[in-house]
Amino acid sequence: MQKFVDLWTYLSASPLFGLTATLVAYLLAQGLYARLGQASWANPVLWTVLTLVGLLSLTGTAYGTYFAGAQFIHFLLGPAVVALGWPLWQRRTELRRRAPMLLVASITGGGAAAGSAVALGWMLGLTTELLRSLAPKSVTAPVAMGIAEQLGGIPALAAGFAVITGMVGALIAKGLFDALRIREPEVRGFSIGTAAHGIGAAQAMQAHPDSGAYAGLALGMQVLLATFLIPLAARLLAG
Amino acid sequence: MDVLRGFGILLLCQSTGELMARGFGLPLPGPVIGMLILLLALNLSVVRKPVSAVATALLGHLSLLFVPVGVGVIAHLGLVAQHGWQLLTVIVVSTAIGLGVTAWVLGRMWRLADRPPDQLSSQE
Repeated sequence: MQKFVDLWTYLSASPLFGLTATLVAYLLAQGLYARLGQASWANPVLWTVLTLVGLLSLTGTAYGTYFAGAQFIHFLLGPAVVALGWPLWQRRTELRRRAPMLLVASITGGGAAAGSAVALGWMLGLTTELLRSLAPKSVTAPVAMGIAEQLGGIPALAAGFAVITGMVGALIAKGLFDALRIREPEVRGFSIGTAAHGIGAAQAMQAHPDSGAYAGLALGMQVLLATFLIPLAARLLAG
Repeated sequence: MDVLRGFGILLLCQSTGELMARGFGLPLPGPVIGMLILLLALNLSVVRKPVSAVATALLGHLSLLFVPVGVGVIAHLGLVAQHGWQLLTVIVVSTAIGLGVTAWVLGRMWRLADRPPDQLSSQE
């Protein structure tokens, strides 16, 4: 038993633990998701995250220790964002033709998400600091942090709200689109990329290649538009 | 080999993007500028095959890449426990509104644009 504890102490302190645990948990969640016919509630990101949080708290492992290994996966987010250029380039003629309507949808959808978050939060009596951290929640986490900072919110909270938004979006999108009778994979993908950025786009990417390409485009457009429009709207509201 | 070459191209684009973001104090994140650089680079035909190979591999498992951040967020939820239910309500409702508004607005325009021209004029 003592030997096992020693071994565990060694393993859990090395970067190998975080990396292995992340990959194994994800593969299991992915297998389950496929077996359950890609049901929304079986979203692999959500279940991998919950499994790992459970594992960390059961073994008393600090997040920093876990991240020492998981950072190798986390690092790939940057190159993956660059890689989103590929599906866009493949559809460049079609996208150029549809540019005006996509721009309108991006501004109204992104505005509705940010505006409704701030309005509802204000009605529920949240502090201004929290409201300012909530405003950029539909933008991918690293950018949301920058916007929140400009607004006088808390960057770390903004990143958290953005990640939770992504998971919520991935959970509810399919049911919502079906209820609204939205069938076009491009429209579904663009909407999920607008309201639920990367985590939503990841789900769209696995559902349908067209859906994924439009989700990637929507995410990029949100980044460009929100960086300029959210601080502008905040100044107008304050002034 | 194509995947490795493609990965090298992605990293070059990202590094240039990061340098430009810092150097010129742009409000955009480095990877997003990197994506714009990649779009320009794809005009060169030598770049396409390796980029296609690496993009298929990376984007096919995009969700895995969000797991480390996700774990960090859930592990630090205690920070906002005081306002927990209000925040969760706000996030769920506003995400549903954002999804619904985008899908409805784009869906209308999409179907209008895809309608054959004669049908469009007969409506007017």
